[in-house]
Amino acid sequence: MKFGVIVFPGSNCDQDCFHVASKVMGQPTEYIWHKNSELGKFDCLIIPGGFSYGDYLRCGAIARFSPIMKAVIDFANSGGFVIGICNGFQILLEAGLLPGAMLRNKGLHFICKHVKLKVENNSTAFSSKYQKGQILRIPIAHNEGNYYIDEAGLKDLKKNDQIVFRYHGENPNGAIDDIAGIINKKGNVLGMMPHPERSSEIELNSIDGKGIFESILDRMNKK
Amino acid sequence: MIKPEVYQALGLKDEDYRRIEKILGREPSKTELAMYSVEWSEHCGYSSSKKYLKLFPQTGRYQTMVGEDSGGFYYDDLAIIFKMESHNHPSQVEPKQGAATGVGGIIRDIFTAGARPIASLNSLRFGPLSEPYNRYLLGGVVDGIAFYGNCLGVPTVGGEIYFDESYTGNCLVNAMSIGICKRSEIARARAGGVGNPIMYVGSSTGRDGIGGCSVLASNEFCEGEEKRPTVQIGDPFTEKCLIEATLETLATGHVIGIKDMGAAGLTCSTSEMAAAGGVGVEIDLDKVPRREEGMEPWEVMMSESQERMLVCVKAGKEDEIHRIFDKWDLHAVVIGHVNDSGIVTIKDKGTVVARMTTKSLTEPEIFDLPYERPSDLDAIYRLDLKTIPVPKDLNEVLLKLLGSPTIASKAWIYEQYDHMVQTNTCVLPGSDAAVMRIKGKDWALAATSDCNSRYCYLNPNRGAQIAVAEAARNLVCSGADPAAVTDCLNFGNPNKPDRFYYFKNCVEGIIEACKAFGTAVVSGNVSFYNESPKGAINPTPTIGMIGILKKLDDRTTSYFKNEGDAIILLGDTGEEIGGSEYLKVIHGQVRGDAPALSLEREKDLQGMMLETIRAGLVKSAHDCSEGGLAVALAESCIINKDGKLGAVIDDLGSKIRPDALLFGESQSRIVISCDPKDVSKIETAAKKWKVPFRTIGKVSSSGFKIPGLIDLPIDRLETAWTSAIK
Repeated sequence: MKFGVIVFPGSNCDQDCFHVASKVMGQPTEYIWHKNSELGKFDCLIIPGGFSYGDYLRCGAIARFSPIMKAVIDFANSGGFVIGICNGFQILLEAGLLPGAMLRNKGLHFICKHVKLKVENNSTAFSSKYQKGQILRIPIAHNEGNYYIDEAGLKDLKKNDQIVFRYHGENPNGAIDDIAGIINKKGNVLGMMPHPERSSEIELNSIDGKGIFESILDRMNKK
Repeated sequence: MIKPEVYQALGLKDEDYRRIEKILGREPSKTELAMYSVEWSEHCGYSSSKKYLKLFPQTGRYQTMVGEDSGGFYYDDLAIIFKMESHNHPSQVEPKQGAATGVGGIIRDIFTAGARPIASLNSLRFGPLSEPYNRYLLGGVVDGIAFYGNCLGVPTVGGEIYFDESYTGNCLVNAMSIGICKRSEIARARAGGVGNPIMYVGSSTGRDGIGGCSVLASNEFCEGEEKRPTVQIGDPFTEKCLIEATLETLATGHVIGIKDMGAAGLTCSTSEMAAAGGVGVEIDLDKVPRREEGMEPWEVMMSESQERMLVCVKAGKEDEIHRIFDKWDLHAVVIGHVNDSGIVTIKDKGTVVARMTTKSLTEPEIFDLPYERPSDLDAIYRLDLKTIPVPKDLNEVLLKLLGSPTIASKAWIYEQYDHMVQTNTCVLPGSDAAVMRIKGKDWALAATSDCNSRYCYLNPNRGAQIAVAEAARNLVCSGADPAAVTDCLNFGNPNKPDRFYYFKNCVEGIIEACKAFGTAVVSGNVSFYNESPKGAINPTPTIGMIGILKKLDDRTTSYFKNEGDAIILLGDTGEEIGGSEYLKVIHGQVRGDAPALSLEREKDLQGMMLETIRAGLVKSAHDCSEGGLAVALAESCIINKDGKLGAVIDDLGSKIRPDALLFGESQSRIVISCDPKDVSKIETAAKKWKVPFRTIGKVSSSGFKIPGLIDLPIDRLETAWTSAIK
């Protein structure tokens, strides 16, 4: 399968995601510059973490106007797989591909550390390699990861089983209902604040994030 | 006729002005005065320090590269480029922007050498946190480093933080950055080739930071001054784009030379690039991108606006370079050309506003300053142990020391830094040194920064030697072979002989130790005038050191791993409490001599440590430093918050005073743990290297016990250690 990693000015986890997709997973992978308005043929797009446009306005608010985003939205609407990690999650929220919004961390500081996540839904294309209820150790690194959604929206997320990962034990940023990662209703767009690409190799002290890439690969191979 | 107020406001003295008139043979223009003022400033010109800096060993056990703005060493097919630099005064005035631009500046020094920045470290020093302004400085500086470094995507993997009264009124912010590139890809900061264009790339020029290096960095702080306008403002997003655009540009092979516009901005980059290449340059200021209207030529030449660089490219390749910067929405403008005159010519609106030889700008007068041993040192140096009572409750002492901000956990700080981006950080902050893998290689890098300035205050030569020895020891404890050194020399006003005494002796100490370890000094920075009305800071020669792990698998962390493992102390403990954190925190005294150090014994210890780590015998290794043996043991129990363990220490085999035994800071000691079956192999290695060896106890499931001395539950240690800084 073929991965595409979208690069905005200010993306800084693009090379890390590229490394995991190409070297760890051994899949053909390409960078996609944000000024392109067309996508080539891809099976899964990764919108990486970082500080697109410096995050000087609201995180992800400018990136969503990049020429490539229209193509990303079309790709998602036609069923293509999209993963947004950290800033990538924020961009997906701004682009309307996922519901809700991101607030500043409750402690008003950037936080970088390993946290525990609980797998809430293992029937998605991104989480099938995990057990339901499995506890993962994956790092976070963000200033605005305090996920918020209104009451009706939260009810909807729960009803449709769209909450894929919750923080377990400690909620590091104040996210509503301990939400760390959600999926769209169709099940092809995942957004998460923790960084699975930072926990996919044993040298980095955790391989708990690798299951996400393995799940998607498994789904594509079965297609 | 130029009035003295004009040149004095630029930081020039009467004799400097007379020298400029003599060089030019006429009255200087305002622009020329401004250019001399920044290039001759202590910060850029190193007038007071050059005599001593020349003595640093530039070669060592690893093949080195000493460049114009940074240096490094070679290993395998790569060059490892690194440097440390101060941003003390800007941070004291405006902590967030001061620290942020410090990070930005040092990272530019790395990627202008052609290397992709892979990690940063920070060495910070503040006055006690009980004073609100110091607390504000700590918060602001950490915020600034996080704001800039996190956005860039360069992980902040380590560093150190000390608190001491001497830094009240003059904090220290030393930023270090490391980059790697192929040996053949190293770029130099030189102009060359008559007719080649000089391109200005990056951000636009404004009035920020005018006089940063001269008026701000090269003077003491006095009462009631407003220096905020001399601090630069950082834009990490632009710098991130600049990194990518610059590395893309260098990969074209069209670049002759490249230099960051840091301190002294356009003046420094034009004159030093021309001087390094032995050529002249003519610059047209009308072409310089501006962000403010009505700037005078001298302001443009002095501005320290951030995220700008000067590039000398091959003629005919301008369009290609322009296209790359355009992709990243950055300026790339031809502002001048190289000639063979050896002269810097600056034009504004068609008129020459400055014209002088590059040599006169870049070769300021070198001083041989007088030095004198401070008169109060002899009294401070004496410590009669009989006057220091041994505290009754040593548990309380240990908890107090663990809660002393200098010793306490720095998690609140390093968790605000992205220390994992780039996915190379294999040993995270909190251990003795950070370890970074290099993708595609089976070897790895370790990095640390160290300096106990209290030792340097009491005994500058030995204190500086200890800084080098401890840095090397931290690397070795992580499984790395010490390779090379960068330094950041922070001192008071060099024109005061008692301050200069410290500088001279510390430099000599570094030289002696670096020669012993075979670690060359490949780059560095001097920061003088670190004084407030209360006096000078402790002499602080911060040592940044990089080591090589032959195999990434050799990486070793400082915390205990398994219950039942044997705990071994390598090295001897003397009755040494002079200059210790214990003496300061518990008895309120800063006196005595720094701990003894034998470089030969230290080398044996490190040789033995590395040999046993490489043989796979060592499960954890932790250097004994501030707080001594008891603190080192306690930390080994609690550093890994997901796997806390205890320790039972039953055989210290020593008859010395219990406070010295537990909390004294004797050098050349390491606490290690290992599988009980490997104890005899480690003992054999210790005998071979003549390293004092003793199995002192074993790792337990909970509690820290030293019969008759210490008995504490682990959570109390942890609470004391983790609550001090937040």
